[in-house]
Amino acid sequence: MTNDHASAAPIVLELHNAVKTFGPVVALADGTIELRKGEIHALVGENGAGKSTLVKILAGVYQPDRGHFTISGADVHFHNVGDSKAAGVSVIYQEPTLFPDLTVAENIFMGRQHLGRMRLISRTTMRQKAAELFEQLGVRIDPERLAEGLSIADQQMIEIAKAISLDASVLVMDEPTAALSGTEVERLFDVARSLRERGAAVLFISHRFDEVFALSDRITVLRDGRYIATHETQAVTVDAIVHEMVGRDIDAMFPKTDAEIGDPVLTVDSLTQKGVFRDISFEVRSGEIVGLAGLVGAGRTEVARAIFGIDSYDSGTVTIEGKALKPGDPMSAIKAGVGFVPEDRRKQGLVMSLGVARNATLTLRHALSRFGLITGATERRAGAIWTDRLHVKTGNLDAAVSTLSGGNQQKVVLAKWLATEPRLLIVDEPTRGIDVATKAEVHRLLSDLASRGIAILMISSELPEVLGMADRVLVMHEGRLTADLPRAEATPQSVMAYATAVSQ
Amino acid sequence: MSTVQTEQTKSQSAKASDIFSALSRIRELPVMVALVALVLGTFLLNPRFLNSQSVKDLQLNATIVIILAAGQAVVLITRNVDLSVGSILGLSGFTTGTLFAVAPGIPIWLVFVIGVAVGGLLGAFNGLLVTTARVPALVITLGTLYIYRGINNAWAGGKEYFSGDRPKAFGNLSVDTFFGLPIITIMAIVVVGVLAVALGRTRQGRDLYAIGSEPEAARLFGIAVGPRVFVAFLINGMLAGLGGVLYASRFSSVGASTGTGLELDVVAAAVVGGVAIFGGVGSVVGAAIGALLLTTITSSLTAIQVDKFWQQAVVGVLILAAIIVDRIASLRRARRLREGGDSDE
Amino acid sequence: MSSTLTDTRTEASSRTLLGGSFGGALRSRDTVLVAVLLMALVFASVSVDRFASTVTVGYLLLDAIPLLLLALPMTLIIVTGEIDLSVASIVGLTTATVGTLWLNGYGFLVTAIAALVVGILAGVTNGFLIAYVGLPSLAVTIGTLALYRGLALVVIGDNAVGDFPPDLSAFVTSKIGGTGIPVVMVGVLVIAAIFATLLHFTPFGRGLYALGFSKEAATFVGFKGARAKFWLYVASGLVCGIVGLYWSLRYSSARSDSAAGLELTVIAAVLLGGVSIFGGRGTITGALTGVLLIAVINYALRLQRVPQEILIVITGSLLIISVVGPSIYERLRAAIHTRSVNKRVPAAVPAGGSDA
Repeated sequence: MTNDHASAAPIVLELHNAVKTFGPVVALADGTIELRKGEIHALVGENGAGKSTLVKILAGVYQPDRGHFTISGADVHFHNVGDSKAAGVSVIYQEPTLFPDLTVAENIFMGRQHLGRMRLISRTTMRQKAAELFEQLGVRIDPERLAEGLSIADQQMIEIAKAISLDASVLVMDEPTAALSGTEVERLFDVARSLRERGAAVLFISHRFDEVFALSDRITVLRDGRYIATHETQAVTVDAIVHEMVGRDIDAMFPKTDAEIGDPVLTVDSLTQKGVFRDISFEVRSGEIVGLAGLVGAGRTEVARAIFGIDSYDSGTVTIEGKALKPGDPMSAIKAGVGFVPEDRRKQGLVMSLGVARNATLTLRHALSRFGLITGATERRAGAIWTDRLHVKTGNLDAAVSTLSGGNQQKVVLAKWLATEPRLLIVDEPTRGIDVATKAEVHRLLSDLASRGIAILMISSELPEVLGMADRVLVMHEGRLTADLPRAEATPQSVMAYATAVSQ
Repeated sequence: MSTVQTEQTKSQSAKASDIFSALSRIRELPVMVALVALVLGTFLLNPRFLNSQSVKDLQLNATIVIILAAGQAVVLITRNVDLSVGSILGLSGFTTGTLFAVAPGIPIWLVFVIGVAVGGLLGAFNGLLVTTARVPALVITLGTLYIYRGINNAWAGGKEYFSGDRPKAFGNLSVDTFFGLPIITIMAIVVVGVLAVALGRTRQGRDLYAIGSEPEAARLFGIAVGPRVFVAFLINGMLAGLGGVLYASRFSSVGASTGTGLELDVVAAAVVGGVAIFGGVGSVVGAAIGALLLTTITSSLTAIQVDKFWQQAVVGVLILAAIIVDRIASLRRARRLREGGDSDE
Repeated sequence: MSSTLTDTRTEASSRTLLGGSFGGALRSRDTVLVAVLLMALVFASVSVDRFASTVTVGYLLLDAIPLLLLALPMTLIIVTGEIDLSVASIVGLTTATVGTLWLNGYGFLVTAIAALVVGILAGVTNGFLIAYVGLPSLAVTIGTLALYRGLALVVIGDNAVGDFPPDLSAFVTSKIGGTGIPVVMVGVLVIAAIFATLLHFTPFGRGLYALGFSKEAATFVGFKGARAKFWLYVASGLVCGIVGLYWSLRYSSARSDSAAGLELTVIAAVLLGGVSIFGGRGTITGALTGVLLIAVINYALRLQRVPQEILIVITGSLLIISVVGPSIYERLRAAIHTRSVNKRVPAAVPAGGSDA
C-alpha cells in the first residue's frame, strides 16, 4: 500500500500529551501517538523513552494522569484490560502468557467459548473457528494441542488469532520480533501486512531498524518520555531516526574517568550453550569497563549467568586471573572474586522480606562467621560500613529492603557485592528503574571502582549509558558476538548496526 | 505414482502417531490401565474376585470416596486444596443420624437436602476465607479440619447413631441395586457425570482450569477468580455433605469420629487419578477412577491373600509413582519441544 | 522492571502488624506470642485448680515433647518454602520398628539405633524425591505419609507392644528434683538449641531464608538450595526417629497408629508461632512458643474438664486467626497504602517491553 492510502485514512486511535508518573519517577511526560486505519506504525525510542508505558496506557493497564485519549473520535477511559479489549484494542507482549494446560483453541476463545447444544461448549465449533483463523493468518498450528511448550512465535500467532476473533481494530505488538528467528519474522510480517489490508491499525515497538523500515508506513519517535516526531517511513533515514532517539549530548552525562588498564581479569574463550549463545570470546582487563550491548534476547544476560555459574554451558572456558572457573557453581565464582548484580533486583538481587543489613551481608555470611556462627550485631556492623559508603538512604538497618526506593535498593545490591571485594564485577542493567540522581551516583561508583583496578562487565540496553561508560563495547546479536569496539569507534550508529546486524 | 504412495503411507503413519500422541496425552490413561491391570490380575489369581457380591461390595465401598474425590478434584484444579472434607463428612453424617432419630417421620429426600446444605455451608466458609484472606487453602482448611471436627465431637459427645435408628428404606439405598449397580453408586456416577460436563463443557468450568494453570494471567484476563474459587469450595463442601448422608446409609454407625482421616485418602485418590497438585490439569473422571483404584486395592489384596497390612503401603507407593510418572512425562515433553520442532505441520 | 501485582502485596504485607521493620516484626510477633503464652499461663494458674503445680509441669511437658521436637525441623523446612506431612508416619514407623525388635528379643541399644536409622532412611527418601528429583513436597509427603504408615502396619501388624524395660520408661518420665520438669527436657533443650543456632546464627540459616524467599536469590549468593533441602529432610527423619523412641518409652506402647494425625498439630503449632507458610519468615522461638501455647491451653482446659472437642475447635480457630488475622489487617492497611505504593511501583503485566 502506498503512503497516499495511509494519509487519507481515518484516524482510529489518538493519544495526546499523556502523562504517567509513579511517585518521583516520570515514566511518560508527553505521550502522543496517532494511528490510522489500515497502517503499520512503528514506535521507536531508547530504553526509558516511555514506549512500554504508552503501550500499557493503550492496553488499559495504566490509567494516564493526564491526557487526551480517543478511539474513532470518541473519548475513552480504560479502567482495565477488559475495557480496552472491548474497545477493539488488542495488545501482544513480547512474551505472551497463554494458559499452558489448556488447548490452543481454548486459549483463543477463553471466556467466549462457542456454545453448542444445550448451551454447552462445542469443541468442534471452537476447533473449526480456530482453524479458520489460522488459515486466514496462513499459519499451521493444531488447535487441539496444549499451549504448553509452544514457541514464542506460535504463541504470538495465537494472540493475533485472538485479536482477530475479537475484531480488533488496533493491534499493538511490543517488541514482537525480539524472540523470533528469520522465517518466523517473515511470517509475522506477512500477517501484519494482511491485517493492514483488512483495515486494522498495527502499532509495533521495535529496536530493529531493518524491520522498522521494511514493514512500517510511519514511525513515531519518543525520547525521555516525550513525543519527538512522526515520519513517513519512506521519507526518513535511519540516521535521522537514531539522532532523534538519542538526541542528547552523551559525554556530559557519564563521568567515566580514565583508569589504568592492567592485566586481563576475565577471559572467556569459545563459550557455547546450544541454542542460546555460540563461540563467545572476550576479555575484560582490570580497570576496564566493558559494555555488552545488544537487543533484548541477544543472549547477553545468558552469557553473564553462564560466566557466574548460575547456568551451565556446553563448551568453552571461563578464567578469572588465570584460574579456570568450574561451570555451574556460583560459589566458586564468588570465591574467585566475581560479583554479579542481576537484572531483576526484586527476585534475584535481594531478599525483599529481609532487612537491609541482612541483605547487604548475605554474600559475606561465611566470611563474617566465627566458629561457624554469625550474629545480627556483626551483620549490622558490616552492613553499616557499606551502606554508609554508598549513601544508602534508610532509617534503620533492620528495615525490610522492600521499604526502600528503587535506587536505594540497587545500592544495597551493589553494597552486597562490593563487600566481597571482587576482582570482576558483572552488572546487568545497573540503572534500570532508578531515578536520575541515583543513576549518576551509580555511574560514578562504577567509574571509581574501575579506577581502583576492578574489572567491570556492564550489560545495558541503554545506548547512552554504554557509550558513555565503556572503554570497550562488545555487541551481541542472536547469540553471537558481532563486534568488539574500542571507545573511539563506538557510536550509536555503529553499535546499533552490529546489534541489529543491518550491515550484514 | 510412488509419491502418492509415500504420501499415503506417510499420512497413515502420521495418523497412527497422531492417535498415539493423543492417547498419551490423556492424563487418565495410566490410572485406567492400572485399574484394569489390577482387576484382571486379581481375577486371574482368584476368579471369585469378580463374583457379584464382591463387585457390589467394591462399588459400595468406592462410592463415597468417588464422590469426595470428584469434589476435591474441582478444588485441586484451581490450585487449592481442601483438607477439611473428612470433618465435613462427619458433621453431615451425624446430622443425618440425628435427623432420623429426632424426627422419625422425616422424608428421606429432605435429609439429603439438609445434609448437602450442611456440607455446602461448611465448604462456603472455607471458600470465603480462602478467597478473601489470600492465605493458602492448605492452612485454612487445616484449621477448619480442626474446627469442624471439634464441633462434631462437641455435638456428638460419645453418642452414636446406628442403622437401626434409620428407616429401612434409607439403609436400602446401599443394598438395592438397579441394573446391577447399588443406588448410592448410581448417585455417585450421576454426580461425576454432571461435574465432568460442567468442568469440561461450560465456560465457568473452563475458567477453573485457567485459574489453576496461570492464576495471575487469569486475573488479568478478567476471569472472576474469587467467585469461581468460592464456588469450587462450595461444590466440594456440598459433595462432602452428600458423602456424609450416604455414609449414614452405608455404614452402621455415625458418631464423633466419622470421617476422620478421610481427607488424605481423598487427595491421594485425586492425585493418583491424574489431578495435579499444582492445578490446571486433571478431571473428575480421573479422580473417580483413582478413588476406585484405591478402594479396589484393599479388596484385591484380600482376594489374593496378601497381608492386608500391605494395603496402606501400596497406596503410598502408588501416589509416589503417580507423581514421579507425571514428572518424567512433563520433563520429556519439555525436552522434546525444546529440541524438536514446534508447530505441527 | 519486573515487579508484579503480587510483589506489591508482598511489599505491603512485609510491613507488619506494628508497622515497624522486619527485624522489629520478628521481635514483635515473637514478643506478642510469648506475652500471650505468659498470659495464658498466669490465667490458667489463677483460674484453674491444680494447674499451678509441679505435677502439671511434668505432664504438660511430657505430652508436649513430641510436638516440641517435631516442630524444630518442621520450622526449617517451612522456612525454605516446603512442607513435611510425613513426620507422624515416620514416628509411627519408628515405634513399630522399636516394638517389633523389642518383641523379638533384640537388646535395647540395637533397637534404639534401628529407630534412628529408620528415621534417617525415611528422611533420605523424602529428601531425594523433593530436593533432587524436584517433586512438589506437598504431594510427595502425602505419598510417604501413606507409605510409612503402611510400612508400620507391615512391620508390627496388629500388635501393640508394651513391655519395655520399666527402668527406661521410668527414666523417660522422671523429673528433675522437685521442679516437676522432666529430665529428658534437657535433651530436648539441647536439640532445640542446635536447631535454633543452625537457623539463626549460621551462614546456612541465612541461606535458608534466602531460599524460602526465592530460589534464584539463594543461587545468586552461592547457596546450594537442593543440598540444603535434602539435609533438612534427613534431619527431620532423624528427629522423628528420636520422637518415636521417646513415644514408645513414654507411653510404654508401640502400635502401628502411634502418633497418627500428629503432623497436623505440629504444622498448626508452627504456623501459629509465626512461621509463614510461604517461606522466608519465622523463628524457632516463635514455633516453640506456638507449641507451648497449644499445649498449655489444651492442658488447662482438660483440667477444667472441658471436653477434648472444644480444645480441637480452639486449636483450629487459633490457627486460622493467626494467619488470617494479620493477612486481613495488612490488606486493609495495604489498600490505603497501595494507592501511594502503586505510584512508586508500577504493577506490571505479562512481560512488558524494553523500557523500565
